[in-house]
Amino acid sequence: MIVANKNKIISMAKNLSEDSATSGRSLWADARTRFMRNKAAITSLVILALIVLFSFVGPYFAVWTYEQIDWNTMGSAATLGMPSIETGHYFGTDDLGRDIYSRVIQGTQISLMVGVVGATIAVVVGTLYGATSGYIGGRTDQIMMRIVDILMAIPFMFVLILLLVVFGRSIIMLFVGIGLLSWLDMSRIVRGQTLNLKNKEFIEAAQAIGVSDYKIIMRHIVPNLLGIVAVYATLLVPGIIIAESFISFLGLGVQEPKTSWGALISEGAGTINYDTEWQLLVPLAFFVVTLFCIYFIGDGLRDALDPKER
Amino acid sequence: MLNYIIKRIGIAIPTLLILIVVTFYLMHAAPGGPFTSEKPLPAQVLANIEAKYGLNQPIWRQMTTYLWGILTEFDFGPSYKYHSRTVNEIIAQGFPITLKYGFWSFIVAIGVGIPLGAIAAIRKNTWIDYFAVGVSIGAQVLPNFVMAPLLIIVFTLWLGWLPGGGWHGGDWEYLVMPVIALSTSYMASIARITRSSMLEVLNANYIRTARAKGLPTKTIFFRHVLKPSLLPVVSYLGPAFVGLITGSVLIDIFFSTGGMGYFFVNAAFNRDYAVMMGITILVGSLTILFSLIVDLLYAWIDPKIRY
Repeated sequence: MIVANKNKIISMAKNLSEDSATSGRSLWADARTRFMRNKAAITSLVILALIVLFSFVGPYFAVWTYEQIDWNTMGSAATLGMPSIETGHYFGTDDLGRDIYSRVIQGTQISLMVGVVGATIAVVVGTLYGATSGYIGGRTDQIMMRIVDILMAIPFMFVLILLLVVFGRSIIMLFVGIGLLSWLDMSRIVRGQTLNLKNKEFIEAAQAIGVSDYKIIMRHIVPNLLGIVAVYATLLVPGIIIAESFISFLGLGVQEPKTSWGALISEGAGTINYDTEWQLLVPLAFFVVTLFCIYFIGDGLRDALDPKER
Repeated sequence: MLNYIIKRIGIAIPTLLILIVVTFYLMHAAPGGPFTSEKPLPAQVLANIEAKYGLNQPIWRQMTTYLWGILTEFDFGPSYKYHSRTVNEIIAQGFPITLKYGFWSFIVAIGVGIPLGAIAAIRKNTWIDYFAVGVSIGAQVLPNFVMAPLLIIVFTLWLGWLPGGGWHGGDWEYLVMPVIALSTSYMASIARITRSSMLEVLNANYIRTARAKGLPTKTIFFRHVLKPSLLPVVSYLGPAFVGLITGSVLIDIFFSTGGMGYFFVNAAFNRDYAVMMGITILVGSLTILFSLIVDLLYAWIDPKIRY
């Protein structure tokens, strides 16, 4: 507590001594110090960074590639496919004799990519849609929000499965489907914030000097929304990873030989009867640890950026 | 209030129509139909089959026939794959099963989640609170497709207490694992929402007033705290319901319960569009209906909302 106050006093003193033009940045600087103080969030950030690092560096230590089949262990995964350093299968093999270590690395890359890309699509679409709707207001806002209401009522997972069946199972379709279906919440939140911002003096000033609507939205509304958008984006990533895993679990997502956490967990779960727990537990551990980390980071971000906390 | 109900129904109907039309066109835009197989059928046979299902007519004609069938007789047409069965029969077989474990999951999620969240809020920063928060975060990162295999490992393979799958008319021992797997993450969310909203209410000025005038804690809790802190929970019930229905896809695969999700996934792999469409539309209408009920409930509970 004493340290906290000291930090605050120092930052206040800094703000006072520097010229006022930098005060616009102090929100982020403030949030950063608050975030840095959150031990759970920082630990999570470090672990997550390690996992990401592992997914890029890991392949250099792999003896087997993710699509290579070790014919020796094929069919006897329970005995020969045990995790061991000597065979080069650090995390064991699956039933087909493929190396779990390499497959987990591959799955980690795909799952994280889906999470990040899906969240990015949702953020971009949701922010622009919500900001436009909220800023223009009136009938346009009514219609745009009705459309969101209508889309909200559609059973997301069923439609996603439908899309993947109809347009073929590809990772692009998965991105598009998940991204396009998960911007709805984002647009509502952004719209609410925009309604608050819209009546602020600086927007009025911009209008008075004749800045176009498009420019006001892009230059003045959207930058002011970034805090809340960042928080919700972080909270969105785990949801998207879960959705992707669910779809891959059904066999509709990422296709062989590529894999993802969902697909790996699904394979592992299918063979739990054969004493090959590592096939389930290794990808599961990665999945659970990553989601934990993202949740804690999201929580930390929310605490750091929440206007109520200030 | 009546105006609001009418307005909401006024939105619900076009929503449903859009859902039907979009699903229908999606299905027909798909390359390859339910009758494309590895060995191509003779043209004449294919034409006959298509004529039987009305697939040779212009698409708007098929659309109107389909829509008309649903509106007048609640008829979703025949299945393309199981030639002797209609979509209605398939839904009639799968839906009661989904409804049964879905209902119990709903009850468990609410019945455990709310008390857990409430206790955590009242005893804030004690071990009960930490336990509840820990459980709810843990349950968030263990989605149902992870819960299900873990439950089977523990209860069927290690302990041997429960059967690993099947339905058997919904006997309780066949019901336990599906309900746990399905309800846990919603229970966790409900607990978290209850906890945070109750903490907010407990800090409100009118609670301090109630304490100051000497009301017993019990009265304060049941009369002043409970209702306002359950409002956010009520608004979460809509998404939770959708999630439970969606989760059935997985429960049916894992526990071989034979509910609607089983037929949906089967239809997806067989390209049995009629069944997929029927189930999507049914789930969509249930979702719309349920969110309507939740909104009305919300309006009824929350004195701040007036229509």
